[in-house]
Amino acid sequence: MIATGPLLQMEGISKAFPGVRALEGASLTVGRGEVHAVMGQNGAGKSTLIKILTGAYRRDAGTVTLDGRPVDFHSPQQAQAGGVSTIYQEVNLVGFRSVAENIFLGREPRRWGLIDRRRMHAEARRLLERLGVEVDVSRPLGAINVALQQMVAIARAISFESRLVVMDEPTSSLDEAEVATLFGVIRQLKADGVSVIFVSHRLDEVYAICDRVTIMRDGRTVDDRALTDVSRLELVARMLGKDLAEVRRSGATGFADATHHTERRLLEARGLRGAGRTLEHADVAVRAGEIVGLAGLLGSGRTELARAIFGADPVEAGELEVDGRPVRFGSPADAIRAGIGLAPEDRKTEGIVPEMSVRENLTLALLPAISRYGVVDRRRQQEVVDRFIRRLDIKTTGPDQKIRELSGGNQQKVLLARWLCLDPRLLLLDEPTRGIDVGAKGEIQALINELADSGLGVLMISSELEELVEGSDRVVVLRDGRTVAELPHAAITEDAIMSAMAEGPATGAGERDGG
Amino acid sequence: MARASETAAVGDLGRGRARPRDVRDLGQTYGAAAALALLVLYNAVFTDRFLTTDSIYVNLTQVAPIVIVALGMTLVIATGGIDLSVGSLMAIAGALAPLIFLSDVPFGVAIAFVVPVLVTGAFGLFNGVLITRFGFQPIIATLVLFIAGRGIAQVLTNGELQPFRNPAFQYIGLGRVLGIPFQVLLMLAIFAIVAWTVRTTRFGRQILAIGGNEAAARLAGVPVNRVKLAVYGISGLLAGVAGLIVIAINSSSDANQVGLNLELAAIAAVAVGGTPLTGGRATVVGTLIGALILQLLRFTLLSHGVPDAVALVVQAGIIIAAVFLQRQRQT
Repeated sequence: MIATGPLLQMEGISKAFPGVRALEGASLTVGRGEVHAVMGQNGAGKSTLIKILTGAYRRDAGTVTLDGRPVDFHSPQQAQAGGVSTIYQEVNLVGFRSVAENIFLGREPRRWGLIDRRRMHAEARRLLERLGVEVDVSRPLGAINVALQQMVAIARAISFESRLVVMDEPTSSLDEAEVATLFGVIRQLKADGVSVIFVSHRLDEVYAICDRVTIMRDGRTVDDRALTDVSRLELVARMLGKDLAEVRRSGATGFADATHHTERRLLEARGLRGAGRTLEHADVAVRAGEIVGLAGLLGSGRTELARAIFGADPVEAGELEVDGRPVRFGSPADAIRAGIGLAPEDRKTEGIVPEMSVRENLTLALLPAISRYGVVDRRRQQEVVDRFIRRLDIKTTGPDQKIRELSGGNQQKVLLARWLCLDPRLLLLDEPTRGIDVGAKGEIQALINELADSGLGVLMISSELEELVEGSDRVVVLRDGRTVAELPHAAITEDAIMSAMAEGPATGAGERDGG
Repeated sequence: MARASETAAVGDLGRGRARPRDVRDLGQTYGAAAALALLVLYNAVFTDRFLTTDSIYVNLTQVAPIVIVALGMTLVIATGGIDLSVGSLMAIAGALAPLIFLSDVPFGVAIAFVVPVLVTGAFGLFNGVLITRFGFQPIIATLVLFIAGRGIAQVLTNGELQPFRNPAFQYIGLGRVLGIPFQVLLMLAIFAIVAWTVRTTRFGRQILAIGGNEAAARLAGVPVNRVKLAVYGISGLLAGVAGLIVIAINSSSDANQVGLNLELAAIAAVAVGGTPLTGGRATVVGTLIGALILQLLRFTLLSHGVPDAVALVVQAGIIIAAVFLQRQRQT
């Protein structure tokens, strides 16, 4: 241990993909034996930076020094040989072969040209013991649980004499006990002088296990801090690009006449839980004529909540009421019949049918209503399509144009029209303005507002604080799959939303915020 | 407000411009149609007695079972699936029908038309259940009956050839209406129904939406599982009809031979006709033309003394050319 200074230093890293600048002068410094978090919103550049480190991508500019020596890994194999190992979310080992075989895959200890099974098992046992993990190394990997598989992946990593282990969202598929085991292993690695890069969206976990954090936004590194002297609120503010002091000064910009709701409750969800760990205990209510903003960091369960309400994902526990009557939708078709529509976050993979025309896309959900004996009434279809193209000002060469040829904003308008033509009572909008140019964005926001004025209930998921503050009558905040706050109109400020996202108290029965 | 008037202008312009796009879409079909026309023309000039009703009917009666199966296959493929079981289902229908009309059941011939087709339709639904309820890949799910189906047919017939003579039943393969072979009329009728279904019905739109983007279709309330069950059921029904035609023509049912390799012929016809195997589009006219091209190509080569083995290779070449042209068009 003669070497001093940081173990890893990445400086001025830039990377462009066709049409996108993913990284611009990003940096990352990791000390010896340090557990270092990397955080940022979607598209901040975290995974690109990690992939450049591990050799999956090549950088356009910048320097990487490991242990004081410049390195340039061309492949993950090279990175591994150089002392940098990566544990991915999905364990990529061979399920049919034993734990020991997986650890030594490709470099099994040999004797007389044959695999020395006894030595392999002994070595594997020794490595896992070092991590404090007990498992029968002769069992097939597929027969042990995911957390243990991850431990095996880590054992494999340290058997390469890795000095830096990169963990990309390692806890996303683990339950709480398994997370505790993983943290034990991380502490052991740290004690052995191995550094860990920990990519996660979960604030609790980052504060529980990490020493420092690098915060990224828009392809740049915006901060590198010790976690002991950055508050959760400040961390979230940096991720979202908000100046705390400024937010406090300006306060709410508010909507002057935002009290257009009535008292009639359209939707009420209590203690909703989905399969897996992303949605644990969510409460939300929407009244007629009200826009309820749904806020939360990536992975907080926003999208999952909307999908669970809509019947697109199974609900494991909790109550759902529409118009005061308990319901449970087995499929989106059931929810649609109850007057609910969902515009998904990812238009391309879940919204549009790209090869079909604007006409067919717009009327896809309406088909049952405009067909008689199974035959589509072309004239009524055309009427509806013309009316909504005009009303939403959809820019298209005509109803026959393929929807994939439209701009993002106009595609979104067609998808909104798909629901509006059903005359729904409640719309679930997941990031309705993401990836849409400024002009169309304003139009869509105005439209949402107008719809609420006419009595529609809207649940609007958004990552943009301005949108939530200006558009919502109420804001419900989710964190780690739980509703942690509900802000009445007067209390909606960017500051209030952020602090709830960062550190709001968990509500409901199953409180688990220990700190 | 300037924007609104601008849109109106764009809209007006667009209506005029939308046509060429349709034409380009049809270009695929026209391309195949042109190839078919060339084949017909070539034979008219160089093949003896090609333009006689006899020769034309020979070709059409030979292609009818393939077209009927390929029409069902078109619907399946449009949802993004595939059905390998159709050849074996033809053998099942072919094995069942003689068992019925050779027995003493009253109205044996009528039942021999209905029951085998319903049975293969039920087997089609079985494929659909494997796919929708148990999440099998379509190619694997239908491979089950591809293998087991022919076995079932052999068990039904004890693996023996069943010769028969039953003019009432064989009308489906040998009968003529106003001089036109009955199965050709049947083929055209089924073609018309399938084309109409895709073009005008809700079911047709839902098939295309599922093939185009299943997740989006589900979120738009399309009953994805029901629609898929239906297309595999239809594919099974049509395979049954084709099986009856084949045994009626042959005056015998051979569980080892009926429908052998027909699933591949049907898929080839769909591909040559311009329906992409990735789903989301269905060119019903194209399927008819595709089957005719493959049939006529083989006929042309054989009638000019080219050995069948070579004809098969040329067919394969045509399939490659057709799929290549499709890929060109997409970019």
